[in-house]
Amino acid sequence: MTRTTDIQRPDRMRRRSGGKVVAGVCGGIADHLGVDVFRVRVVFVVLAALAGAGVAAYGLLWFLCPTGDDVGPGSPRERRQAQGLVVLGVIVLLANGFVASSAPASTLLALIVVLGGAALVWREVDVTGASSRSGFITWLRLAAGAVLVVGGLIVLVAAPDTALAGMNPTLLAVLGTLFGVVLLTVPLWMRMWRSLNAERAARIRNQEREEIASHLHDSVLQTLALIQKRAAQPDVVAQLARRQERELRQWLFGDQARRNESLAAAIAAVSAEVEDAYGLEIETVTVGDVTPDELRDEKIAHSLQALVASAREAVVNAAKHSGADKVDVYCEVDDEQIEVFVRDRGVGFDPDAVDSDRQGIAKSIRARMERAGGTARITSTPGRGTNVALKLPRTRRGGSSPILDDDHPEKLEQQ
Amino acid sequence: MTYRVFLVDDHGVFRSGVRTELAGEDGLEVIGDAGTVPESIAGIVETKPDVVLLDVHMPGGGGVAVLRGVTDALGSDAPVFLALSVSDAATDVIATIRAGARGYVTKTIDGAELADAVRRVAEGDAVFSPRLAGFVLDSFTGRSPVPEPQLDPELDSLTRREMEVLRLLARGYTYREIAEELFISVKTVETHASNVLRKTQQSNRNALTRWAVNRQIG
Repeated sequence: MTRTTDIQRPDRMRRRSGGKVVAGVCGGIADHLGVDVFRVRVVFVVLAALAGAGVAAYGLLWFLCPTGDDVGPGSPRERRQAQGLVVLGVIVLLANGFVASSAPASTLLALIVVLGGAALVWREVDVTGASSRSGFITWLRLAAGAVLVVGGLIVLVAAPDTALAGMNPTLLAVLGTLFGVVLLTVPLWMRMWRSLNAERAARIRNQEREEIASHLHDSVLQTLALIQKRAAQPDVVAQLARRQERELRQWLFGDQARRNESLAAAIAAVSAEVEDAYGLEIETVTVGDVTPDELRDEKIAHSLQALVASAREAVVNAAKHSGADKVDVYCEVDDEQIEVFVRDRGVGFDPDAVDSDRQGIAKSIRARMERAGGTARITSTPGRGTNVALKLPRTRRGGSSPILDDDHPEKLEQQ
Repeated sequence: MTYRVFLVDDHGVFRSGVRTELAGEDGLEVIGDAGTVPESIAGIVETKPDVVLLDVHMPGGGGVAVLRGVTDALGSDAPVFLALSVSDAATDVIATIRAGARGYVTKTIDGAELADAVRRVAEGDAVFSPRLAGFVLDSFTGRSPVPEPQLDPELDSLTRREMEVLRLLARGYTYREIAEELFISVKTVETHASNVLRKTQQSNRNALTRWAVNRQIG
């Protein structure tokens, strides 16, 4: 009828694509957090001063976040501001490098050149859709970026007084080349990785869809077909629809616990069974459940079985004799006891009148509950329905006095 | 007095069905309907109905998004929301109630009952199904299928009487039957039920903080 599995995922951060200055990372963060983009940029510049942490963070976010789908470029003022901040960031990084390390200026400059070249290449390859720029300029930028990266690396490696000078020059050259290649091809890897992920997600979605389709075919469509055929028999139609609704509900909204693993599931199963067999509506509410440990304990499990069987008896009685079209079943498990109430608003009966049949059934419910160490209270008033209250103490087994709650038994009797 | 009702459901067939069912009822007038979250918010803000019948599962955030949008736009002038859903899963019920709906009924409800439920929420009562009462009780036994946010035991614990009312509701009693059972007036039962709903909505500091945090992050 409506969408049922509405999985709410938090929005992923997306980089700005239209209003970007370098890669749209700051803009993306600003949009995601709902703060001013200028502040975010300032934070990154300040972080860049901290031994380049801002630059590293920017690169990582660039790598990890997908591009957004906004198109409008920012205002010219904002762009100028941002470009100014980028230059400021570079200067800060440089100045910081001079002060913090003893590396010569050429090394730091070369590093900046490498980063700039990488940024140029990444930016160009980053565009997912068709670029509006001509292919020539794109290639030019790519080539320029590559030249910058390679040149910068050559200077870094070849400079005689770098920190790396002690290393084998061949090894250094190989490492430099490798680093350059990786740096230049990162966007390609990134793109491959993303498309792989997207494909995997699509495959999973498709599989799920097929599973749902086949389930619907086996259940809902079959039932609808049956209903069309039996349209003349309203009873059958109602029964089919009810059963189908319950099955679908169970499939959609979970509750997969099997009946011998949960008291709540067992009670629900009993209701479902009777609902099908007698064609009336049974509303079941369960609160709490017994622990798996209790179900493993043979003695407790035995009394629980007695409770479920008594509840079944009570529901069947209501279905058979009450004449009501709806029965309420309520099961509550608290620390001290388990209570099950079965209630109908049917014809009821006079408990004092000698009615061997119904009294016999009442006795069978009562006797069964008492053997299990619990109690059963059956109250009924002609014309106002019947109420069956089953109680089973939870912690003490076969205790001397069954624990009664504050449920005003004297008033129940009056009903 | 005639209550003006707005229908929100992404199924056109269901909307027209509800319209037809409510058309024969006295004192109710369906003044509009919508099938998407933005359309619903716009329509409700424009027509200012008394009651909104709200579908829970809709694309684009569902009933909760409509509730939030309307409450943001209208504040305390927002209409009363009655959730009308095919789902009675604990997560859906609790989420919708926590977002501020005054009642929750399932779509298998018949026309007369629905009309009655609409009138009751319009008059300020809470409409509780036995199942919803069961979920609230469950959250007090610590076995709730909706684990968080936990009810604040200090501020939000229900009184003994409220628990009794809730328990009887879960057993399928009507408000009138509960009143007879507990020797109190129907009005008192309704007050208790409304209190339960208010407390379940977490009208406390936790909820407020959570709300503020959600707004900030968007």
